[in-house]
Amino acid sequence: MTPELRVLSPGLMTTVQDLGRPGYQRLGIAVSGALDPVGLRAANALVGNAPGTGALEVAYVGPTLQVDADEVRLAFVGANADIQILPDVEAVGGGRWIEPMRSVRLRRGEVVRIGSLSGGAVLYIAVEGGFDIAPVLGSVSTYVRGGFGGWHGRPLRSGDRLPLRADRVSDRENYRLDGLDLACPPRFRAIVGPQDDMYSAQEIATFFAGEFTVSADSDRVGMRLDGPVVHEPRAVNMTSDGIAPGSIQVPGSGQPIVLLADRQTTGGYPKIATVISADLPALGRMPIGAKIGFERVTVEEAQALHRKLAAEIEGIHNRIVPIDRDPAEVAPMLLLDCNLISGVVDARSWRM
Amino acid sequence: MLESVASTVAGPTAMRFVEDRDVVEAGVDTSPFRPVDFRVLPAGDTALVIEFGDSIDRHINDKVLALAARVSQAKLDGVLECVPTFRSLMVYYDPLAMPVAALSARISELVQGLRVRENSGRVWRLPACYDPSIAPDLGEVAARTGLSPAQVVERHSAETYHVYMLGFLPGMAYLGDVAPELVLPRLVTPRLRVPAGSLGIASTMTCVYPMDTPAGWHLIGRCPVPFLERRPQPMTLLTAGDRVTFAPVSLREYEQLAAQAAAGTLRMCPIDEPMGAAA
Repeated sequence: MTPELRVLSPGLMTTVQDLGRPGYQRLGIAVSGALDPVGLRAANALVGNAPGTGALEVAYVGPTLQVDADEVRLAFVGANADIQILPDVEAVGGGRWIEPMRSVRLRRGEVVRIGSLSGGAVLYIAVEGGFDIAPVLGSVSTYVRGGFGGWHGRPLRSGDRLPLRADRVSDRENYRLDGLDLACPPRFRAIVGPQDDMYSAQEIATFFAGEFTVSADSDRVGMRLDGPVVHEPRAVNMTSDGIAPGSIQVPGSGQPIVLLADRQTTGGYPKIATVISADLPALGRMPIGAKIGFERVTVEEAQALHRKLAAEIEGIHNRIVPIDRDPAEVAPMLLLDCNLISGVVDARSWRM
Repeated sequence: MLESVASTVAGPTAMRFVEDRDVVEAGVDTSPFRPVDFRVLPAGDTALVIEFGDSIDRHINDKVLALAARVSQAKLDGVLECVPTFRSLMVYYDPLAMPVAALSARISELVQGLRVRENSGRVWRLPACYDPSIAPDLGEVAARTGLSPAQVVERHSAETYHVYMLGFLPGMAYLGDVAPELVLPRLVTPRLRVPAGSLGIASTMTCVYPMDTPAGWHLIGRCPVPFLERRPQPMTLLTAGDRVTFAPVSLREYEQLAAQAAAGTLRMCPIDEPMGAAA
């Protein structure tokens, strides 16, 4: 029987995402991928997956999932959430509660219920071994507008059964993240342009001085910002050009939009500035209602910060530490784990 | 131009785009040594925009497409992908492999040696059905242009269109230019949903919507050929630089072709495929 995760309730907008589908933008195919690739990589590291393995990206309200496999190991990285683990679907309460930023082993029939997120827009759920989903153009990222990738090109629905690659987990312990900095910068750094010549110096200054609020009208395509208008409403005509990740468009209303993972490949609104690559993961974590501002940097400064983030990403595997005597593991497993820790024998390999 | 590159990408002192004096003669290669006006702009720290102008113009677009082919052939370290648009080429790169100043310099060299060719892409002749039952705006377009519906169809299907770029949706090709008599502004109120295959016109462009989508162009027919194939992997019919003509077909022929397309048995091949096309 295929090992699966059954979706009892899908959450607000839960999609399969990996590091995206670059290479096809000239054909109009968006890149997609995790809004917070650092969170995705960390979640994969906790379960021993390759960094770009497809995981669930949860937005704002989490799903309820049931294990239909002998056992699975999940890891949760991102926003704060109450994660409840129940013995079965009948259980009305109790169970055990865990915090994100760790992995946990679950057994057949167990139910994991993730409530509302706080302090961030997204939470990643990685599964050891990954989902058994065929890549589309080299990626399992869900591209909702194109209707392909991930799980049938759409967010999860109740009743979906997500196939897993592994029916049981490795002898790996459960891990937690230690010291991975997922805080956001005081101001998001951005490089002016490419259409800065369509703005006056005053308008550019207004933009960089402004404090904006992430609008409820934001999604994986773009983050709309409420706050000071960069300019009074005016007709903005521009011949379309390419749209880089983090591009900050200012349409005629004067209210900026930062373009994210599912952005169109091209567009006709001028772009006053572009958020730097090193700050995009943190931007992807910013929830509706968050206050954000921008700070101007040069390309060279941005590339130095890019190298710094790349080094931090390289070091993620040093940021995971085993959870000793995992209180989330129930008594029988605890005994087996003690055997494992003794180093003499792995009792779990004898279990059916 | 090379020495100005660093300041161009680093700050607001980008070179102004000067009026394009380097007009390419129709069908004639330019001298590789003739300077081409362009500017290099940063789109963040992982992409550069190489801009040849600010309007929709075949001469500008031919330079964009020539540079796209050139960059792709040159296999520059760190270059990840290129996205041609009407008037600029977006070059995505890995700054760990290629710092911005070095990439700017390399691309500027490629621009200086650019050979611009017109009509280097594949040539397609695609069926299009202009039957009023699937052309909701044909009557309105006729009324507003002072032509009869038959004349609108005649003008639209007489033109050979150039694929300036793909964007907006997977497989959405911007085809131009439509006959001057057919140039109309887009709809004041866009439709919330138009079916895949709808043939639209707006301004100097025509298109075939590759999937169901909200859309603001005037719909004058349908093309049964999918502009985005989904199986076995998504792939677009056209790429930038291709040329397209539309061959009017009857509603009956359209329905037969659409049924073949739905069954996955409709195979379209370009009627001409020049060497070195679609790089």
